[in-house]
Amino acid sequence: MKILVCISHVPDTTSKINFTDNDTKFDTDGVQFVINPNDEFGLTRAMWFKEKQGATVDVVNVGGKETESTLRKALAIGADNAIRVDTPATDGFQVAKQLAKVAKDGDYDLIIAGRESIDYNGGMVPGMLAKLIGANFVNTCIGIEIEDEKATVIREIEGGTETITSGLPLVVAGQKGIVEESDLRIPNMRGIMMARKKPLNVVDAEEVEAKTEAVKFEKPAPKGETKMIDPDNLDELVDLLHNDAKAI
Amino acid sequence: MSVLVYTESENGKFKKTTYETVSYAKGIADEMGTSVTAVAINADDVSALGTYGADKVLTVSNDKLSKFNAEAYADVIAQAVKKEDAKVVVIGQSANDKYLAPLLAVDLEAGYASNVVALPESTDPFQVKRTAFTNKGFNITEISTDIKLVGISKNAYGLKENQAEATAEEFEPQLGEEDFSINIESVDKATNKVTIADAEIVVSGGRGLKGPENWGMLEELADVLGAALACSKPVSDMEWRPHEEHVGQTGKPVASNLYIAVGISGAIQHLAGVGASKYKLVINNDPDAPFFKAADYGVVGDAFEVVPKLTEKIKAFKAEND
Repeated sequence: MKILVCISHVPDTTSKINFTDNDTKFDTDGVQFVINPNDEFGLTRAMWFKEKQGATVDVVNVGGKETESTLRKALAIGADNAIRVDTPATDGFQVAKQLAKVAKDGDYDLIIAGRESIDYNGGMVPGMLAKLIGANFVNTCIGIEIEDEKATVIREIEGGTETITSGLPLVVAGQKGIVEESDLRIPNMRGIMMARKKPLNVVDAEEVEAKTEAVKFEKPAPKGETKMIDPDNLDELVDLLHNDAKAI
Repeated sequence: MSVLVYTESENGKFKKTTYETVSYAKGIADEMGTSVTAVAINADDVSALGTYGADKVLTVSNDKLSKFNAEAYADVIAQAVKKEDAKVVVIGQSANDKYLAPLLAVDLEAGYASNVVALPESTDPFQVKRTAFTNKGFNITEISTDIKLVGISKNAYGLKENQAEATAEEFEPQLGEEDFSINIESVDKATNKVTIADAEIVVSGGRGLKGPENWGMLEELADVLGAALACSKPVSDMEWRPHEEHVGQTGKPVASNLYIAVGISGAIQHLAGVGASKYKLVINNDPDAPFFKAADYGVVGDAFEVVPKLTEKIKAFKAEND
């Protein structure tokens, strides 16, 4: 079984978000970049397929050279090969289209991506990729097993779950639940050393025109004063919840 | 040339978010000087869509579509878009809407903006404001394609009544085997529980509650308020609560009217994930908890005293006012 895990290179979850160039660009100054958490859950599940079912695991990212540290981390976690499509990621469609080329060339059985990246939160690349290569697609995947070329997938729905079966090839968009937080792996020294020797192939990008563009950024409006309520005067709180928040 | 809106229903019934989505489509149609066409799949009664501005409703009745299937639903919507020659397509941002959106976008060769929070800043060029960086920022996204796909976030635009005709017209899309390439074997959903996605109020607990045995008082508060229960990441990681209750950056997003955080200090990832909630009430015994700075209302006090007292007060208030 051949698995491709799509990796997004994103600011660490604790990052302070600022914008630069007259609010037209995300300010990367002082920001630590990591594997997108939703992708890392998927990568960890891919490791399970590698260890239990002998799958090979490739990781791919669309981006400039600066994203290679993130791919190296994925190799240190245990992926076999890394691919970087050498072009800046501009919008969801452009990324999906680049990934589609890699996916087709590699003839993968299973492609795992994250439900969304924590930077742009587009939530569209996995589905677009599936549609572009004519593969089946399951979003918000919180469980997957593969036996005899058939996948059984658990999808999180609002207020419950859905069990889906599908043939391969299949694209799933993973999130927490596909593995648990405690299953995540911190690369050890041996993994880091080995990652240096593993192939990281840089491939040329396709000519693709983006369909959308982030033209401007804004920070949220500063938060107003917090109304503090004395615990012995909860009537005031009930009054606020009724008259101000209109919640009761 | 109308604005086309997909109106999600569950067991034949529309939810409030669907009416928000129609209200939003009407807002765009007004900006562009055109009308609103809705497409509804297996809905019982579509007349209410007119209340929020739908001029025409394409009604699809098909047993094959009784269970949500992203591929098939996206295909139905795409066929409706082509039939109506719509240039702007509006959907909501429920789990199902987010599932079908990218499939629909590729089919229509449409640029897609998700998590949109307001009417377009301009319709030519077409620019919309959306959240990014998990509510730590916004971006203005310009869609340059002929057909534009816009996903409006829950609780962002709100309900706007705008009486229109809502003439119903039967629509029979062509569906083939390729629309049902995955099999939905079973759906497991508690029917009597308020979901975090639908809830107007979410009651959430953190490590400050000390252990899973102390959740009873939160359940009572949630009961009185008709709220959904949620929890912070550490609580889910320690398995005090099931992970489907985990809200935050890597958990579920919350966009309720009121978010009540009990014993949650307010890590940056948590604040981001619940940032789209309109009002936030924080109850914590630590006056320096960072969450207070992001709150609308704060109570510094022992949750084990404050929560039961608040539950009683709300009960009494409701008894008096209902």
